[in-house]
Amino acid sequence: MAALNETTRERMTIDVSTLPSVAFGHSNTTWLANVLYMTIEGTMFALIFATYFYLRTRSSSWPPGHYPPALTFGIINAAIFIVSVIPARWVQRRAPSGDRGAIRNGLLILSLFALAATAVRVFEFTTLNCRWSDDAYSSTIWVLIGLHSGHLVTELIETVVLLFVALTPKMEGTRLADAAINSDYWYFVVVTGLLTDFMIYGTTRLL
Amino acid sequence: MAVTEPVVANERDVADAELARRLDRTWRQPKGFWGWFSNTHHTAIGLRFMVTAFVFFLLGGILAAMIRMQLIRPENSLMGPDLYNQVFTMHGATMIFLFAVPMMFQGFGVYVVPLMCGARNIAFPRLNAFSYYIYVGGALCLWGGLLTNTGPDVGWFAYVPLSGPQYSPGHRTDIWAQMITFTEVSALGVAVCIATTILRHRAPGMTLNRMPILLWEKLVLSFMVIFAMPSVMVASSLLLLDRLVGTHFFNHSEGGDVLLYQHLFWFFGHPEVYIIFLPGAAIISTLVPAFTRRRILGHTPIVLSVVATGFIGFGVWVHHMFATGLPQLSESFFTAASLMIVIPTAVQFFFWVATMWNGRIWLRLPMLWCFGFFFVFLIGGLSGVMLASVPLDTQVHDTYFIVAHFHYVLIGGALFPMFAGIYFWFPKMVGRMADETLGKWHFWLFFIGFNMTFFTMHFLGLRGMTRRVYTYLPEMHWGPLSALATAGVVFMTAGILVFLVNILRSMRMGKIAGDNPWGDFSLEWATSSPPPSYNFVHIPMVNGRNPLWDGPIDQPLIVGLRDDIRETLVTHSLDTEPQHKDEDPGPSIWPFLTALTVSAAFIGSIFTPWAVPIGAPPVVVTLIGWLWPRGHSPAPLPGRESWQH
Amino acid sequence: MIASFIGVALALIQAKSLDPGGHNMLQPAAPQASQIEWLYWTVFWILLVVYVLMIGAFTKTAVVNRSGATGPLPIMTDEKGDRRAKWAVGTATGITVITLFVILVMSIVTGKKAAGLTSKNPVTVQVTGHQWWWEVTYPNSQADQTVTTANEIHVPIHTPIVLLTNSSDVIHSFWPPNITGKRDLIPGYSSAAWFQIDKPGIYRGQCAEFCGLQHAHMGFSIIAQSVEEFQSWEQQQLKPANEPGTPEATRGRAVFLTHSCLMCHTIRGTDAGSRLGPDLTHVASRNMIAAETLPLTAGALAGWIVDPQRIKPGVKMSPNPLAPDDLQAVVAYLQSLQ
Repeated sequence: MAALNETTRERMTIDVSTLPSVAFGHSNTTWLANVLYMTIEGTMFALIFATYFYLRTRSSSWPPGHYPPALTFGIINAAIFIVSVIPARWVQRRAPSGDRGAIRNGLLILSLFALAATAVRVFEFTTLNCRWSDDAYSSTIWVLIGLHSGHLVTELIETVVLLFVALTPKMEGTRLADAAINSDYWYFVVVTGLLTDFMIYGTTRLL
Repeated sequence: MAVTEPVVANERDVADAELARRLDRTWRQPKGFWGWFSNTHHTAIGLRFMVTAFVFFLLGGILAAMIRMQLIRPENSLMGPDLYNQVFTMHGATMIFLFAVPMMFQGFGVYVVPLMCGARNIAFPRLNAFSYYIYVGGALCLWGGLLTNTGPDVGWFAYVPLSGPQYSPGHRTDIWAQMITFTEVSALGVAVCIATTILRHRAPGMTLNRMPILLWEKLVLSFMVIFAMPSVMVASSLLLLDRLVGTHFFNHSEGGDVLLYQHLFWFFGHPEVYIIFLPGAAIISTLVPAFTRRRILGHTPIVLSVVATGFIGFGVWVHHMFATGLPQLSESFFTAASLMIVIPTAVQFFFWVATMWNGRIWLRLPMLWCFGFFFVFLIGGLSGVMLASVPLDTQVHDTYFIVAHFHYVLIGGALFPMFAGIYFWFPKMVGRMADETLGKWHFWLFFIGFNMTFFTMHFLGLRGMTRRVYTYLPEMHWGPLSALATAGVVFMTAGILVFLVNILRSMRMGKIAGDNPWGDFSLEWATSSPPPSYNFVHIPMVNGRNPLWDGPIDQPLIVGLRDDIRETLVTHSLDTEPQHKDEDPGPSIWPFLTALTVSAAFIGSIFTPWAVPIGAPPVVVTLIGWLWPRGHSPAPLPGRESWQH
Repeated sequence: MIASFIGVALALIQAKSLDPGGHNMLQPAAPQASQIEWLYWTVFWILLVVYVLMIGAFTKTAVVNRSGATGPLPIMTDEKGDRRAKWAVGTATGITVITLFVILVMSIVTGKKAAGLTSKNPVTVQVTGHQWWWEVTYPNSQADQTVTTANEIHVPIHTPIVLLTNSSDVIHSFWPPNITGKRDLIPGYSSAAWFQIDKPGIYRGQCAEFCGLQHAHMGFSIIAQSVEEFQSWEQQQLKPANEPGTPEATRGRAVFLTHSCLMCHTIRGTDAGSRLGPDLTHVASRNMIAAETLPLTAGALAGWIVDPQRIKPGVKMSPNPLAPDDLQAVVAYLQSLQ
């Protein structure tokens, strides 16, 4: 029982009950986590690029006693990466409207691109024209392509899992935002893939 | 969105109690054996980080005592070189990777940051829990190595070629390198959680301008971790590849480079020591106002100093390599940068003095430890100025002078503030006060012992005693000073024992603390001690830099967060305007299970590369279990979401 | 505060009362070490003043501003005091920046002086690090004019010495504290540093980069002598090994050449030509063995040969269980290799 001589007090309130429970784009906190992890992984790529150039400056012939990696599969994969941006962007644009059909189809196409890139990557490994244990140059390009392949496979699995989610009614709410953010990670895989391609196929020939 | 609704005070109290009951039910932390492994609340995980880190502090301390006992006299035979090399390597690795970062950044950060932000939980609670378990995995990996005579023995930094396949056969160094992977994954996970919490979960009204110094520091720290940890990951991973699959990154006869390792390592290694020191400085900035009864002077310059230190810290790493014979021009650049980084720390010191100069000092335990920090860290910082000079460094590098320097800055700059912070936040965590008298004994015993051990080491270094030596010849005349340094261990040990007694006793019998025993201003003191599992009945509204000192009692109430599901508020990163709501995932066993599969893959890959393809599928399975959408969906909402047609 | 003063006083007393020529950077016996010692003391005094001022300030607050409160007092503000304090902080920061700049300049100047090479007829010494001994050669374009020895470096006084560094295995660090700062020996890198000694004497040094099991026992010495003494030493070192003069020594040489000794050691003029271990051609001309760990005496030699693992566990020399007569003979032979 409140004391009888306690005065009632007006108290302003801020009512947040009508705020949305899903955010798309950079408002989403998972988007921020994705950006931070891309920063982490991007730093790792940058450091290995730096390692490549550092070792390059300490060597008089580059590649030392090897042919540079064969271009064919690298070019094919670069093309796959560039075109794959289209379905990734499409999923991202359709996600906020909750269009489950479009998202499902987009994720399916993206998965196929990721699968194709992975398959071509396997061939890329076989035409590097060196073995990782030959010398420091070989070690570096194997690690570069290996690091990127790790991201490629991770993204393939993630896209496929999201595809499965999209086949169920669970593709709603924050899962829609997750599907959109997955495209951001795909762009990261594409950009790092193109940069890695340039390092492996370009700098070995140009520098 | 703001609605003015007059609410009667006593009706509000009744409503609050009812709300608290419902929140308690919704946010209840799981019990039981499996419940313990499913807990994702930040207070639980933060405490686990701190307790586990402290256990490794004690273990690292035992190793230090063993080192000192071996060095107490010339040609001592307590330990041979093989065991000694494992012991000093483990001492460094344990203290840096298993104690300092997990305690100062992960432990304190995970516990205090969400409370200080006015949030119900940390962002990405499952990632946070996973980070704890993977840290434990790394710790067990490393100590499992030592206890099976496979402890790394190449120094905590494991320079090549000594740590390479030719000169370090067996799995000792592999265990070190993989422990790095474990602990870096852990620290990076926590960095993402803390950065997101600080940027997106601050209470409305806590604009960047009003954000406490400690939150600024944790934000800077998160970014330092994000940029620095990848470097040691690369260094240790390339080393592992050289050792396990025959790459040649560091093999100079096949085009590799020995100094490449040092560059990669110290690009991480220097920011790492600031990652250890900056939390200490932030604790001082947090405690000085409370124990001086003043708002801190120079809030903005201090924040800028913390940020500046974070940036400049990435530009000084070569000062660890001054003896390698690099070109003089680049050495001079790094001397200049290493001297420049003194300035932001000096600015912080000056403002601390300025705040205290016109205040009323309430010399309780936390403040006593702050004074300890001032006296001890300053010596380390000043000896650091000497080390920035290349000619001076070429004389004292790799001697006990360096050992003295970094123990003064690490123990002074992190351990003393750590004890200050423990005594300060212990009442909040546990609900009881620690004992002042026992705390004072702890302080003086430790302070005396510390100086006895480490001040002496300056002289040993000047007299030519090199580091990492398992013994020394009598003719060197290092015996008496070494014995004095060893004597200090007795006092430090006594101090730590008193501390343990104090904590264990006070947990049961300490004076009840209440919400805000120190009369501090920050949001964590606006809830009960210990906090309920939903942290705050209402998300607080902040009106100034020192909320509990500035905010009027009748600030606007944040209402409207659901209490039947674990709903959290997401605000704009700059002006903290409420933007949307998130649902906390609640307890989950998947972080623990994923840590198990990842640990198995990491440890397996020490022994065979096949562990990677064999270990990856279970990891994928547990990750899918973690990320698969939950069975229940929230009840329909009043409004229409953008994606609902 | 009192502890700090006691500590500093101890520092000064300790630093000054050390053995002359002891392994000590504050007992310089050469120009570089002197320059660095000067820099050390100058910076030390500057930093001491800083420390005393700061500690004074903290002590003042702990003593004068202390409140005897039992609970949290009300929050106070002091705007005038704060304004004064901000000026004080600004001034202190300015002084700090200037002081750091002065230290920067002093450091660079000292570094330049220490690194400047004077080129009047330097003597070149090549030091190559091994686990756990120092290979020392004096390179010469003519192979038969190249001196090869181990662990003991002779140099003429008043002459610039160019030190070329390399390592055959892991990173080591060459450090004679009385002479100059340290320089790492890094495999794959050859760097040049120089020093000069003007006072004759024996100056000890030690490996300063952790290099494995016997890092603690990897010492060396630099013996600075007059130019004439150095040249006669050089001539002696260039000669092949002495022929054994006694039957015991002859037997000793035979034992040496028929046991595992010649797998690792060179004695020029005999069939022993391996470079894995230190060159023993003139081992008896040195003061110590086992990288400055043991004196060159019969007893030490015998103990070392029979079981080096007991003295330096992990060293890359295996035990040699010789019969006592054989052992004595080998020791006698080695002692004859002046």
